Amino acid sequence: MSEQVRRMEDFESEIMELNLGPHHPSTHGVFRAIVELDGETVVNVTPYLGYLHRGYEKTCENKHYHQVIPLTERCDYMGASSNSLVFCLTVEKILDVEVPERAQVIRVMFAELSRIFSHLFWLGTHAHDVGAMTPLFYNLREREEIMNLFELTAGGRLMPNYLRIGGVVQDLADGFVERLRAFTEHFDRRVDEYETLLTKNAIYMDRTQGVGVLPLNDAIALGASGPMIRGSGLAWDIRKSEPYCGYETYDFNVAVENGCDIYARYLVRIKEMRESNRILKQALEKLPEGPIRSRQAGVIFPPQEEIYTRMESLIHHFMLVVEGLKPPVGEYYQCIESPRGELGCYLVSDGGPRPYRLKWRAPAFVNLESLTLMSKGNLFADLIAILSSVDIVLAEVDR
Amino acid sequence: MNQEGIRDRLVSKFGEDVVSDATMFRDQLCVTVTKDKIREICRFLRDEPDLAFNFLSFVGAVDNYPRTPRFEVVYQLNSLRHNHRFRIKVRVEEAEGGLGSVDSVVDVWPTADWHERETAEMYGITFNDHPDPRKLLLPEHWTVFPLRKDFPLEGTDDTPDLPPQTN
Repeated sequence: MSEQVRRMEDFESEIMELNLGPHHPSTHGVFRAIVELDGETVVNVTPYLGYLHRGYEKTCENKHYHQVIPLTERCDYMGASSNSLVFCLTVEKILDVEVPERAQVIRVMFAELSRIFSHLFWLGTHAHDVGAMTPLFYNLREREEIMNLFELTAGGRLMPNYLRIGGVVQDLADGFVERLRAFTEHFDRRVDEYETLLTKNAIYMDRTQGVGVLPLNDAIALGASGPMIRGSGLAWDIRKSEPYCGYETYDFNVAVENGCDIYARYLVRIKEMRESNRILKQALEKLPEGPIRSRQAGVIFPPQEEIYTRMESLIHHFMLVVEGLKPPVGEYYQCIESPRGELGCYLVSDGGPRPYRLKWRAPAFVNLESLTLMSKGNLFADLIAILSSVDIVLAEVDR
Repeated sequence: MNQEGIRDRLVSKFGEDVVSDATMFRDQLCVTVTKDKIREICRFLRDEPDLAFNFLSFVGAVDNYPRTPRFEVVYQLNSLRHNHRFRIKVRVEEAEGGLGSVDSVVDVWPTADWHERETAEMYGITFNDHPDPRKLLLPEHWTVFPLRKDFPLEGTDDTPDLPPQTN
C-alpha cells in the first residue's frame, strides 16, 4: 500500500500561461495580459496595450488649438474636465494669458466635481470587481447628480467640454450654484453610507489588506502618482506642491495612507472625495462676480453677445475660427493633479495654429506599469482586485 | 535649487561641452545635453543629494523634420524631495540607412521602460540596452513610424491594417 502513495514532489509541475482579456469585465476596456501561473499563484504578468490606441497625439498635431479641447476629454472620460484643464493651462502659459478670478473658481469646481465623479465610479466598479454588487448602485446615484450639474451648464454629461483657452465657454447656468450647494451639503453623508458598506466589511478587508503591495521606493521608481503613491505613504499632491488655478487659497488636506496595499488606496480615494467636497464648499463661498474669459483680441474668443453687436469682435471671432490662434514659439510642460495622478501636457509650439508636438503624460498609463510588480506572488483572483485598484481608464492608457 | 543652478551643476561636473544648448521660456529652462553621456547625466541628476531627481515624469520625442539633427528626445524630471522640476533633451540624428539611437535610461528610472518603448515605435529611435525592446501600443508587424512629421495623418500605402478607402 505504502508504495502506491505518491507524494506531491513526484509530480512535475510547470508554469501555466493564461490569457486575460482583451475583453474581460474587470479590465473596463480592452486590456490584455499574459499571466504566468504556478498553480493559483501569479509568477509574472505581461501587459499588452494598444487595443484602444487612436493616435491621439498625432491627431492633436493636425488640429487647431481649440479643436484639441474636446479630444483631450476623450482621453480620460472619467475625469473629463481635468484633461481640458491641463491643456488650457498649458496653452495659456505659452500665450502668457491671465484667467479671470471667476473662471478660475469655476474651473476648480469642475475639476473637483470630476474628481468626485471619477472616484465614485471607481469605487463602484472596484467593489464590484471584488464581489460587492451593492455600492455601485449608491455611487451611480450621486454620479447622476454630478452629470445633471454638468448637463445644466455645459450640455455634455460625461464630457462637458466646458473649458476654453482663457476661461470657460459661458457663465454658469441659473440654478447651478443652488444645486451644487445642495449636493455639497448632503454628499458627506453619502460618503458615510459608502463606508458602512466597505470600510469595516470583513470580506472586503480580507480581500484588500496586504494585497497588491507597492512599497514607496518602487512607486517612485515606477513613476506612480496620485492615489497610488499617496496610498504608499507619500503626501504628494500637485495641488499643494505646485498650485494652479488658485488652489493655494483653498483649505484642504492631502489624503495619505501608509498601507501600500489596495485597502490604503481605497481609503485615500474615500478621503479625497471628502476633501474635494470641502473645496467645492469653499469655491461656492468664494465665487466672485466678473468676466468668465480673459480679453485679448486675436487670441481669446470675444464674449458671445459682443459678436452680434460689435464689428471688431465679429472679425476677431471669425479669424480665430478660420485661422486659429497662433501662440509664440516655445515649449512648456504643465501638470495638474487629475483623479488618477500627475496629468501632464508637454506642448511645443512652432508659432503655427496647430500644436507642433503634444505629449500627453497620462497618469493611468504610467500607474499601470506597477501592475506586474504588485501582482507577483499574489493569487490570480487578487490580480483582478489589484488591476482595479490602479484605476485605469483604457482610453487614457492607450491614447 | 533654481534651474540655472542645476545647469551649472551639470557644467561643473561634466564640463562646458556637455550643455550644447539651453533655452528659457516662461520660466522653464530646457537644457540640451550631449547624447553620449545621457546615462551618466541622468544618474548624476538622480543621485546627487541636492538635485535628487528621483521621479521621471515622461520620456518623449520631437521630430524636427526636415531640419537636422532630426529628433530630440525629451526627459522631464521631477524631484519629490526638493519639489523642483527640470527638463533635459538630447539630439538624435537619423542614421544613414538605419535608425538613430540613444542609450536607454531604464536602469536609472524603471518607469522609462514604457515611455521609451512608445517613443521607439512612434519615431523609430532605438534605445540601446533597453531590457524589453518590443513594441508597446502598435502591433509587432508594423514597420512605419506614425508620429514622424513626414508620416501623413491618413497613413501610407505600406501601413498595415487600414480599413479600405470608401470615397
